[in-house]
Amino acid sequence: MLAGIALTLVSLWYGQNHGLAPVQASADAVLVDDLFNTMMTVGMGIFLLVEGVLIICMFKFRRKPGDDTDGPPIAGNIPLEILWTAIPVVIVLVIGVYSFEIYRIEGGFDPEAAEQSPVQVSPVQVAMLPDTEMSAPLLPPASQPVSHKPMHNHMALGVGGMPDQMKDPDLTVNVMGLQYAWIFTYQDTGVTAGELHLPADKDVKLVIKAQDVLHAFWLPQFRLKQDAIPGQDAELRFTPTRVGEYPIICAELCGPYHGAMASKLYVQPADEFDQWLQQQIASQPNSDQTVAAKPAADRTDADYLATFAAHNPVDAAALEQLHPHSMQHSMSEQAAQSLQPTA
Amino acid sequence: MQGSTVDSAKAALNYHGTVAGAEHEAHPDHRIFGVIVFLAAESMIFLGLFMAYLTFRAVYPTWPPEGTPERELLLPGINTLILIGSSFVIHQADTAIKQNDVGGLRKWFGITAAMGAIFLVGQIYEYHNLEFGLTTNLYASTFYVLTGFHGLHVFLGLCLILAVLWRARRKDHYSSEHHFGVEAAELYWHFVDVVWIILFILLYLL
Amino acid sequence: MLPYLVAEPFHRLLQFVMTQTEAPTTKLPSGHHPAQERKWQDYFTFNTDHKVIGIQYLVTSFVFFAIGGLMADVIRTELRTPASDVVSPELYNQLLTLHGTIMIFLWIIPAGAGLANYLIPLMIGARDMAFPKMNALAFWMLPPAGVLLALSILVDAPQAGWTSYPPLSLMTGKVGEGIWIFSLLVLGTSSILGAINFFTTIIKMRVPSMDLNSMPLFCWSMLATSALILIGTPVLAGALILLAFDLLVGTAFFNPTGGGDPVVYQHMFWFYSHPAVYIMILPLFGAISEIIPVHARKPIFGYLAIAYSSLAISFLGLIVWAHHMFTSGTPAWLRMFFMITTMVIAVPTGIKVFSWLATMWGGKIALNSAMLFAMGFVGEFVIGGISGVMVASVPFDIHVHDTYFIVAHLHYVLFGGSVFGIYAAIYHWFPKMTGRMMNEPLGIVHFILTLIGMNLTFMPMHALGMQGMNRRVALYDPQFQPLNELCTIGAYILAVSTVPFLINAVWSWIKGAKAGDNPWNALTLEWQTTSPPEIENFETLPVLAWGPYDYGVERIPEDIEPPLTSPELQPDTSALS
Repeated sequence: MLAGIALTLVSLWYGQNHGLAPVQASADAVLVDDLFNTMMTVGMGIFLLVEGVLIICMFKFRRKPGDDTDGPPIAGNIPLEILWTAIPVVIVLVIGVYSFEIYRIEGGFDPEAAEQSPVQVSPVQVAMLPDTEMSAPLLPPASQPVSHKPMHNHMALGVGGMPDQMKDPDLTVNVMGLQYAWIFTYQDTGVTAGELHLPADKDVKLVIKAQDVLHAFWLPQFRLKQDAIPGQDAELRFTPTRVGEYPIICAELCGPYHGAMASKLYVQPADEFDQWLQQQIASQPNSDQTVAAKPAADRTDADYLATFAAHNPVDAAALEQLHPHSMQHSMSEQAAQSLQPTA
Repeated sequence: MQGSTVDSAKAALNYHGTVAGAEHEAHPDHRIFGVIVFLAAESMIFLGLFMAYLTFRAVYPTWPPEGTPERELLLPGINTLILIGSSFVIHQADTAIKQNDVGGLRKWFGITAAMGAIFLVGQIYEYHNLEFGLTTNLYASTFYVLTGFHGLHVFLGLCLILAVLWRARRKDHYSSEHHFGVEAAELYWHFVDVVWIILFILLYLL
Repeated sequence: MLPYLVAEPFHRLLQFVMTQTEAPTTKLPSGHHPAQERKWQDYFTFNTDHKVIGIQYLVTSFVFFAIGGLMADVIRTELRTPASDVVSPELYNQLLTLHGTIMIFLWIIPAGAGLANYLIPLMIGARDMAFPKMNALAFWMLPPAGVLLALSILVDAPQAGWTSYPPLSLMTGKVGEGIWIFSLLVLGTSSILGAINFFTTIIKMRVPSMDLNSMPLFCWSMLATSALILIGTPVLAGALILLAFDLLVGTAFFNPTGGGDPVVYQHMFWFYSHPAVYIMILPLFGAISEIIPVHARKPIFGYLAIAYSSLAISFLGLIVWAHHMFTSGTPAWLRMFFMITTMVIAVPTGIKVFSWLATMWGGKIALNSAMLFAMGFVGEFVIGGISGVMVASVPFDIHVHDTYFIVAHLHYVLFGGSVFGIYAAIYHWFPKMTGRMMNEPLGIVHFILTLIGMNLTFMPMHALGMQGMNRRVALYDPQFQPLNELCTIGAYILAVSTVPFLINAVWSWIKGAKAGDNPWNALTLEWQTTSPPEIENFETLPVLAWGPYDYGVERIPEDIEPPLTSPELQPDTSALS
């Protein structure tokens, strides 16, 4: 009895004080942490129960020297078995429903995430090297159906807006993952950067794409992650609530320098952010055009990487070495073959 | 044995008793059971490939992708009928051997082998006359890999049938009692046939 | 004529593979035949005895465990510091790919197959497996595929992770990836052939007096495992075939540049590879269910619940795969479906854990090495189980997916679970396999080192993952260094922990104390024959006189032959002739 109370108290205390989670920089983080604390409390209880029974067995039910007899022949106890089937069922159901609810509030079910997105779809993302013919768009931009997904009619991916806010996001940023950097393009202004600056307390939407292989865009302090899949767009929508500097991490193996594929997210007060954005607009010559609308040939990977060399340990030359040229070439040829309209 | 001082026969008797005369018997034939389990596993490869095909189909905006040449239905249709027919033919062989009719077995297996060979030739002919290649587009790739993988199975089935025929050249090799090879080949052939029917519906008719 | 040239060898091969144990009555005089001894050379040949094959599997897989463990220690040495300073990033990725692949496909799965090979016929009173030659063939596919995979590090090893997700796997070197695909196809085929054997043997070859519900629980768990192998592995083969076409021929099934869909590969891959987790853990669930009652001297608590929970895990294991893809291209409603099915697996697993605890409770526990590892199994596995429910929850998994939290979780399941289970099984059945006891003090040292090393290596990884350390990285944020150093020390301790075990196993095999037929006074059939068992297992086929776990129940006195009064207990001789 006493042990039971102690076990419960320890679990409750530990569930709140495990100190495992990083700082919370958004409302989503608070929700996820509450969920984790609940699971941690229940988990700690089960952990202590099991380990406690094991330790008691080791000491209390140890065979006495010289005693070669068997233990009591108890082969089961139906009510007890029903109990320890029913309790996990209830726990699992509660955690399941709780998780479902958190996911809903986070915006996981945002049904129109894909359809609504005002993203100007860029031409099919192809693995590109600066000097292959495939860096050019496959179809003239004009013929691109506006609301059409690049290649597949997949459903919405990622975590969308909170269900109660039926409005467009305050800011939309395209996030492009490529070996081994993240490129951020602000949709309204066309500003392109290698670090993500976001205004605090604004509803932000990130449209996540990948250029070459799978990447995953992870913001640990926001408890948000979404794979970047070539050919499929995904989104993350959230409201940063805490000013500060946070790591952006690639969480899907993307090559030898996967560990170095990191960037920074700066959450700034709104006025500071505007200031930064104006600076960027001024310093970028073609900033009146969005990157998506301009032919990719103007801007090669090498250019992109040169801009962000400071954050990227791999230079363009190393990058080129990593892709066997012939491989790239043959892949591009196939792509061209399969996508050319055959009359 | 191993220096044990215990009389093993006595020990076994002490614990579990003995069954006089039941030792060292050949256990019943489980090979057909094994073949069925194997075919169940085989069918999972096809199921996996079919599901992949259906997924590609579902996520692609238009299927087959624009520009895929029209496929002809006549030749594959005839091929399908031949393969389905051969399943009935091979069953005749099973009936024959169950009546100890080795001649019947040879005849029906021979016809099945011929039908299987015609199917394969038809398949190769179709490949030659298609206007798309393996890497033309996703539809073409799935088409070739699915039909090719099935074709490989038809070929293996054909080898099995020929192997049975080879064995059946001796009059006493198969009998109404012992004809595992016949049954195994027949089961395999039915399996290949069923897979083809699903494949035909998926690739040609849908 | 030509077709016949093809047909004859083919038929011979088929005949060869499908031959079963045929011990015709004419060949052997009924009643008695001279016991034959196994020679050590037999273990290096194409031997069809299930006991030889079982030991071949166990020893081979342990060699690969050592290779995979060595790779793990190189990885941990690299991770001692945040910089990439011990091996090149390419080599690092090759090492992590090979470590994962070897540990899964060449250590845990074959070790489970080894135990199953050794134990199933003995436990059900059969003389061998249903298809002994196919059994030997399945084993002999393993060493070449494994050696090929391990040696690929000398030329151009695969470096896309054991998951080998395209498009990365299509871009990191054709040779290595090709070897990886080929090895896995061979290992998968071996696994399928093994499973056909287990399944047929358990279903068809029990002694007539043993119905399904009086089977030892290990057989139940192998039944569930075989079903998973038979259903899952072929789908992996399908995925690998398509991947090979993408890699070598230039199709674009999974290559987005040609219109393919990399997410389809993930679905096919995980359709096998999630059940693979259960393929790796279920045999050990079974082994633990055997070991605990013997050393606690109590009947297993809730036999039927444990038996059927294996089947439930097997079934549920087939419909949870997309929980590995919660942050990938998985739409919301699918994420929810797979979250619920995944969490439900906790229920049958919990039934097992609680049943084991109840079996121990009130028993008379002999705390020997086998029992210590069995209890360690329960204690460590439960940590992996709890973190398993946590990562099943989509919002939380979005945070920790592909981080060190997952690395910690999977190692608690596969090291704290499977590896502890394999050790427990070896300590428990070593006397049966060799006729000699293992050394207890060395075994206890081994247990303590393993327990400390395991927790030191993997416990801090939970925190690392939560705080933001992603997995499969050669370089990481310096703030994570202190915890990483702890993990590295733990990994070294784990490496050291295998030394007492190896000394113990080799020394005991040669010089250990004689074990006798039944040193643990266990009740299952494998203990009712000699140690090591004679070549065809039983002098005379046994008849069940009691259930496998009737401890503490008054059993039939030793000198009275068990009565064979009830007609269903009489052997069905008509089926045997």
